[in-house]
Amino acid sequence: MPREEDAKLSRRAWVATTSGVIAAGLVKTQADAIRLVAQEAPEGTQDPTRVPGRMVSEIGTRAPAEQPRRLIRAPALSSSSRSPLADLMGTITPADLHFERHHAGIPEIAYDRHELLVHGMVERPTVFRMADLVRFPQVSRIQFLECSGNGGGVYNRERMPTEVTVQRLDGLLSTSEWTGVPVATILREVGVRPGASWILAEGSDAAVMSRSVPLDKVMDDSLLAYGQNGERLRPEQGYPLRLFNPGYEGNTSVKWLRRIEVTDRPTHTRDETSRYTDPLGDGTVRQFSLVMDAKSIITFPSYPYVLPDRGWWEVRGLAWSGRGRITRVEVSADGGRSWADAELQGPILPKSTVCFRHLFEWSGRDTILLSRATDETGYVQPTVQQLWEARGLRTSYHQNHQRAWKIARTGEVTFGLGELV
Amino acid sequence: MTAGRDRPARVAADAGRAVTALLVAVLTGCTGSDAGADVPASGSAEDAAAAESGWADATGSLPTSAPAHFGFGREADEARVALWDIDVRPDGEGLPPGSGSVAEGRVVYETHCIACHGATGTEGPNDRLVAVEPWDDYPTTRAIGNYWPHATTLYDYIRKAMPQLTPGVLSDDEVYAVIAYLLYRNEIVAVDAVLDAESLPAIVMPARDRFVIDDRTGGAGPVR
Repeated sequence: MPREEDAKLSRRAWVATTSGVIAAGLVKTQADAIRLVAQEAPEGTQDPTRVPGRMVSEIGTRAPAEQPRRLIRAPALSSSSRSPLADLMGTITPADLHFERHHAGIPEIAYDRHELLVHGMVERPTVFRMADLVRFPQVSRIQFLECSGNGGGVYNRERMPTEVTVQRLDGLLSTSEWTGVPVATILREVGVRPGASWILAEGSDAAVMSRSVPLDKVMDDSLLAYGQNGERLRPEQGYPLRLFNPGYEGNTSVKWLRRIEVTDRPTHTRDETSRYTDPLGDGTVRQFSLVMDAKSIITFPSYPYVLPDRGWWEVRGLAWSGRGRITRVEVSADGGRSWADAELQGPILPKSTVCFRHLFEWSGRDTILLSRATDETGYVQPTVQQLWEARGLRTSYHQNHQRAWKIARTGEVTFGLGELV
Repeated sequence: MTAGRDRPARVAADAGRAVTALLVAVLTGCTGSDAGADVPASGSAEDAAAAESGWADATGSLPTSAPAHFGFGREADEARVALWDIDVRPDGEGLPPGSGSVAEGRVVYETHCIACHGATGTEGPNDRLVAVEPWDDYPTTRAIGNYWPHATTLYDYIRKAMPQLTPGVLSDDEVYAVIAYLLYRNEIVAVDAVLDAESLPAIVMPARDRFVIDDRTGGAGPVR
């Protein structure tokens, strides 16, 4: 019986497409809409119930029509790529779509030869090979990773874009189930000496990426991660080993980790002095701004989606906080004058993304959609005006202000913050 | 691995650490002892320490049956540590022996750096290195002369990551030299300057006192 229903639905969709009618009920996402426009009549009109399908395979592939891609702005030059947030479902980012940010490319490292040196203010300086590390008690946690430069493109008052996708805007955010050994377990093994208060984490890429991280942070919840979403780390995520600091700016989660030095002070590396610091507009520069504050973004509807019809639509998005759990996400459909609580999809995990959803009835008039997140500390995602007031107009990182999308009468969706400032 | 980055680093004596820590605290307004003041120590009595600190509990991972030591991994002797311990800190710890002059640095720069950073360190195409204009509210650029708070960071970074396409190719002396040249271009040292492990950390960078520690705390208070 289900076969019959599927076949009917399928025929209906095909008729709608080929006849040029947009079947509003079937267009659920931006990807669907693009696919409907792009789709040609299927080759042949074979009924799949009458032809045996292909057999099993050792490794799966996506459906040919489903080909989400990371966004690379200048392929030969870019050192970052962005996750296609509008194409994803749920909170987990497929590992091959996790955003990238490299400072000297992706090194090729042999699992069996990789070593982690832990030394400094420890009782027993130790070299661990991967076989050693995976033998320690293992944990897995679902947590987000976000580059602190994420969203920087919509902070500048003079250059506020309207035609920007959520991928280009905030695609330096991904969520994974990370598997590894807690840093605390390893530091317990080597014995931290009294007086220690920081670590230096260092990668074995050509940038020898180096960041200082407070010891109390890594003892609290940081991982030496070697797994991601059920498999080994991808090379671009630090294979075979990375530091993972939940809730911290992504750069501190040093990839291709080869060394941890326990210290009593930060090292003041280049990427915690001349970069990843925040001029505040009063002559000072904020340093060690490590935690990612609460943030949310509506992923649907968003540019370049065009609402084909007025009526009921489900606003969907992601919210996350580096300080713990998201407790509330509100959505406004009137530019921030009134707000309604969105539904949060459980389980709500600390320092992870949560899906929010909100049904709204579009009247067909100009509409500005906004979302704002609140986390368990009581912190509320600020407006851009609040950030401008607090930090001035020309800082580069941690731009977590409320995002807005404008729906025009035509149904065209554009980034809408320009309307509000 | 390349010679420059695997060169054994100087191992500082424990004596004097407290003094230098205090000095760094005063100079930078940024100190481990502040940030880690409430971090309890573990070590020789690691079982007791871990239990007291709650570290083991906080991870939620180690079963109570876990041994005090797993014994995985192998001891890293001094030579092994020195091979990779190449970072340099603001107090100068980690700086290798050697020295370099502005004149020598000009040669290094024009050989290894000029293609990406331009004839005078301002042209690009990659990061601007030279800026001597003072600034009030915001820096117009984030170059060495107007933004970098510590001269030692140049050593740490250049030795590890530069030149971009051939990182690690510079000798220790060449790194000192090119830093001397860059600081000269930024009007921080004189044209006859020679830098080494003593003189480099003594340099006070123009932007040093501009850096303040993150004051965001979450919560319902004012937006920061």
